[in-house]
Amino acid sequence: MTILLFGITKDIVGSSSISLPISSANKLKTVKELKNYLGNTYPGLNKLSSMAVAVNNAYAKDSVKIDNFDEIALIPPVSGG
Amino acid sequence: MNSKRYIRQTILKEFGPEAQKKLVKARVLVVGAGGLGLPVLQYLNAMGVGTLGIVEQDIVDISNLQRQVLFDENDVGRAKLAACLEKLEAQNTDTLLIGHDTFLVRDNALKIISDYDIVIDATDNFPTRYLINDACVILNKPFVYGALHGFEAQISVFNYKGGPTYRCLYPTVPSEDEIPNCSEHGVLGVVPGIVGNLQALEAIKIISDIGEVLTGVLLLYNGLNNSFIKVNFPLVPENLNIGVLQENYETPSCHFGLQISAEEFGELLASKENLQIIDVRTIEEYNLQHVEDARNIPLIELKNRLSEINHNAEVYLLCQSGKRSQTAQLLLQEALPNCITYNVIGGMDQYSHIYS
Repeated sequence: MTILLFGITKDIVGSSSISLPISSANKLKTVKELKNYLGNTYPGLNKLSSMAVAVNNAYAKDSVKIDNFDEIALIPPVSGG
Repeated sequence: MNSKRYIRQTILKEFGPEAQKKLVKARVLVVGAGGLGLPVLQYLNAMGVGTLGIVEQDIVDISNLQRQVLFDENDVGRAKLAACLEKLEAQNTDTLLIGHDTFLVRDNALKIISDYDIVIDATDNFPTRYLINDACVILNKPFVYGALHGFEAQISVFNYKGGPTYRCLYPTVPSEDEIPNCSEHGVLGVVPGIVGNLQALEAIKIISDIGEVLTGVLLLYNGLNNSFIKVNFPLVPENLNIGVLQENYETPSCHFGLQISAEEFGELLASKENLQIIDVRTIEEYNLQHVEDARNIPLIELKNRLSEINHNAEVYLLCQSGKRSQTAQLLLQEALPNCITYNVIGGMDQYSHIYS
């Protein structure tokens, strides 16, 4: 599973994407489970109260099901102008 | 109007003289004359948009010049509004330019925006962005959004013909310490120029009714590899049910609820039983050390676990340093307005410091 990182999430993780090995990805069934997993692995992500998640380029609520072949994106709000 | 002036765009068969007439009649408000707003203004003005309003009260600073390319060294220290009005007037004398010498705030937003057809969000902060969103929903105006983070940007059109709004992407205002702005994070001069130009293009498409407007689509741009990604997002219908503006659009960290010091909290713990204490840290942090009787609901899960909170008893919110618990308090204030909440100042750090 590939997770593309945008905005501050890139800075928190220290990379522009995360590749989850199949063994980890297989355990994650929904967006919410993925968020919890990432929050535990990268605690800095938990401070983001408002972060959008996209699954295969579509906005995904917590209940959306995911699988190992999905491309995920973490899209926090950005403020600069 | 000198028809030769716009000939290069009116000969486009998808655009034509009819679209040009629509531009002349259009009234566009640009909120913020900075890195994003200036390229929007320069192009809309050059292309013949009839009326341009500008909301700005800042002063030109030398550090603005690397990206705000309408300004030159002689403008440093001048009001941005006066400086850009002068240049835009020289660029196109046919345009009706209306300067609003103020920042957009709760008390003037509806009055200012009501005079325009389209709003361009070229601001650099979340409170104003949510204010624009809500005012545009109330007044039924589309707004063209652009915002930056370093080499990246987001562009979209919200509230267009009943389409999704900014709150459909990001329902709540992030707290001040969550997301850095350009002053803290930095911005490469040309990037806001690219994004402002994309915003200008969306505005032109809305006015002239050509092409596909970026409604329900968030465009993500990355300047480092010149990539564009489009993410589709749906309308959340209740976000269109905004009747009045909020009382306050300040970011959460500027607007505190009830607080209690770690010391008082400790005394209360010793003297009273059955306090409702919610520890909003992660499971790992909680497992490492926690206050007896505290229940763990990590901040990220709080929204979905509101039913676990007893609304009729006071809630003491606890985290490591007092910041996440403050965000949690704001969330609870909105979700459970009748519930009394206390934020424990300094969180577990302060508590352990006193009571270890």
